[in-house]
Amino acid sequence: MALLQIAEPGESTAPHEHRLAVGIDLGTTNSLVATVKSGTAEVLLNQEGNKLTPSVVRYFADGGVTVGRQPKAEQADDPANIIVSVKRFMGRGMADVARYGALPYKFIDAPGMVKIETVAGLKSPVDVSADILRVLRVQAEAALAGPLVGAVITVPAYFDDAQRQATKDAARLAGLNVLRLLNEPTAAAIAYGLDNASEGTFAVFDLGGGTFDISILKLTRGVFEVLSTNGDSALGGDDFDQAIAAHWRRLHGLASANHKDLRRMLMAARAVKEDLTTADDASAEIDLSYGQTLNVKLSRAEFHNMTAHLVERTLSPVKKALRDAKLAVDDITGIVMVGGATRMLHVQAAVNGFFGKPLLNNVDPDKVVALGAAIQANILAGNKSGDDMLLLDVIPLSLGIETMGGLVEKLVPRNSTIPVARAQEFTTFKDGQTAIALHVVQGERELVKDCRSLAQFSLRGIPPMVAGAARIRVTFQVDADGLVSVVAQELTSGVVAQVDVKPSYGLTDAEIATMLQASFTYAKDDAAARVLAEARTDAQRLIEAVQAAMAVDADLLSATERALILQEIERLHRRQSEGDASAIKAAIEKLSTATETFAAKRMDKSVAKALTGKSLDEIAKIGP
Amino acid sequence: MSALRIDCVMSPDFSKSHFALFGLPVGFDLDVAALEQTYRDLQREVHPDRFANAPDAEKRIAAQWAMQVNEAYRTLKSPLARGRYLLTLNGIDTEEESNTAMPVAFLIQQMDWREAVVAARNAHDDRALEQLAKDKRSEERVLFDRLAAQLSNVATMREARDTVRKLRFLEKLGEEIDLASEAMES
Repeated sequence: MALLQIAEPGESTAPHEHRLAVGIDLGTTNSLVATVKSGTAEVLLNQEGNKLTPSVVRYFADGGVTVGRQPKAEQADDPANIIVSVKRFMGRGMADVARYGALPYKFIDAPGMVKIETVAGLKSPVDVSADILRVLRVQAEAALAGPLVGAVITVPAYFDDAQRQATKDAARLAGLNVLRLLNEPTAAAIAYGLDNASEGTFAVFDLGGGTFDISILKLTRGVFEVLSTNGDSALGGDDFDQAIAAHWRRLHGLASANHKDLRRMLMAARAVKEDLTTADDASAEIDLSYGQTLNVKLSRAEFHNMTAHLVERTLSPVKKALRDAKLAVDDITGIVMVGGATRMLHVQAAVNGFFGKPLLNNVDPDKVVALGAAIQANILAGNKSGDDMLLLDVIPLSLGIETMGGLVEKLVPRNSTIPVARAQEFTTFKDGQTAIALHVVQGERELVKDCRSLAQFSLRGIPPMVAGAARIRVTFQVDADGLVSVVAQELTSGVVAQVDVKPSYGLTDAEIATMLQASFTYAKDDAAARVLAEARTDAQRLIEAVQAAMAVDADLLSATERALILQEIERLHRRQSEGDASAIKAAIEKLSTATETFAAKRMDKSVAKALTGKSLDEIAKIGP
Repeated sequence: MSALRIDCVMSPDFSKSHFALFGLPVGFDLDVAALEQTYRDLQREVHPDRFANAPDAEKRIAAQWAMQVNEAYRTLKSPLARGRYLLTLNGIDTEEESNTAMPVAFLIQQMDWREAVVAARNAHDDRALEQLAKDKRSEERVLFDRLAAQLSNVATMREARDTVRKLRFLEKLGEEIDLASEAMES
């Protein structure tokens, strides 16, 4: 048909071409990349032939960066410049990191998020995470022999907006197209759900290196509906290591150990903790500074005893999640165990004791999140029809605004299914008032000071009126990544209110672009070539999508609309063959705008189809 | 905060009622299984995950639809929200914020219950809290039956306002019971 003739010779569209997409589990302790190959999710090996890449980054004075096993092995040599467990600092301020106790880093207070002073300069947790993700991207592109279309990055379900935004920024800095931020427990459920084709209500208990999540999900014919989620974004396997190390320091009178010795103790503590999952007793030899050697040992009983309070801390979020889902313990079909820390026997015993149900742990708890993310990435990239699977996730923490007296008014309650939008109308408080200030917060507490500040912004340019006459409609939206945005509209006079926003953290698109450019300083041409290649790919994808839509729904287009779209497709084609990335982007934007009405009509048709399908079913039921 | 913009994008037409969106008859009594099934069917069509590769315009429209479907589902699923919504459809304001005039006997009952929640919380008495939750539920059942009857008839619809306001009190009581349980756990 006519539409297909638009394609240039040699540029024929290949709709069934496999698009390279990965799932990335950016963990506190280790990170993994997985992909779907020939219908099966598998973890990709890194350059050293390992599936797990330690989330450890070392910075050198000459600007060099190493990531993974090597810096992990060296961490006691240069503790201040070897960043471990950076995930715990994502989107966190000074007061938050102070709670983690003795750490060998020099933290610098910065707006919204701490920075770490290293020999290579100030590094934000976003920079450090981007360095890990960059290595993972390169590893995946080497293993799959081609550039990635996109990635699904997993985050703890209990991550707030700041932590999610920081993760997305890091991925974009690493040159990744983020298809979706996916909650880790949901990712794990996908990996299990598809393997076992389960139906029922499941609890996913996810104790990682630095975070704890509990999610309650209902599985119905391929739909994963998260009913509630809860957790503790400052509780994980690391805390058990800290508890052991603190015990040894007390025992051996080493209260004022230096950072190197502290690091060595923590490494020994982790090894002993791991040994105790199979042995009743474990011991280690720690080489301390000044030639001292410390012989330490620990029994399983002692270990369980000294960390019982940490295990206990997981149960309170579990109870809250059940209550929010309006379910009792007996309603749970099974419990999925995720995260390396669920290998600890007393953790398993506690979960088993609480639910009185069998634990599902037949998929490696270290890999299950990455595998689930890979399955979702494969669907989002368009390799597999999503007809048989759909995820309906929730926002973990309530969203509210500050009202009089420093109180919070909740607008979007926790565990609302995303995407979600809530509108609230505001008015002026005084005669002639032309601006109002809004403060958006996230959290469950009643007082603003106990919640996390997301942004402060003001609406200006309100026409002067008597108090209470202006009507400003502010819509708070949470997208499918769990990220918050605000849309403001002045309703009374058609005067558009001007919005000034001071986000408490987060990077603008322009900042990301600049930083990306800077990260390519050693290969400038490379950066330009990459940007052009990406723009061309985007253009091709858009043209294919629009042509496919026009082929299916030709009847929804008027002759004028059709002509306009065809004209924009042609323009984009021309730009694509030239070498100017920004011109291609502009043409993409134009074509996208031209298809807006068409897209809206197509959506109406889909919705109508969903309803018709249902009434047909009903007719079938009523029939003989 | 990821983005902040002035809304100038054309929005899909959401003037249809939540009932129409789900293809359900307007009314308080509702086929919950049909509601849940239609919800899943609709989300399969409009969820942003289905448009991860689509042009931005389609992504935006999909997100707006998915939000609307979520909002409609949330409203219809909860009997209290559904009742309130039915009143709104009939142009009746529930006056939950403005009208605080409640029958004295009802208010005394509420105060007694709340005091009992505080007492149970202070005494760490699980059983007492459970009993209160049970009492609350049976009172709710009575009120929901009444609400259904009032909403089924145009002549009695205005009376449903009082029932909605009473149910809002009970909803708040439920939240306080939950908070007390939480406090006792930690």
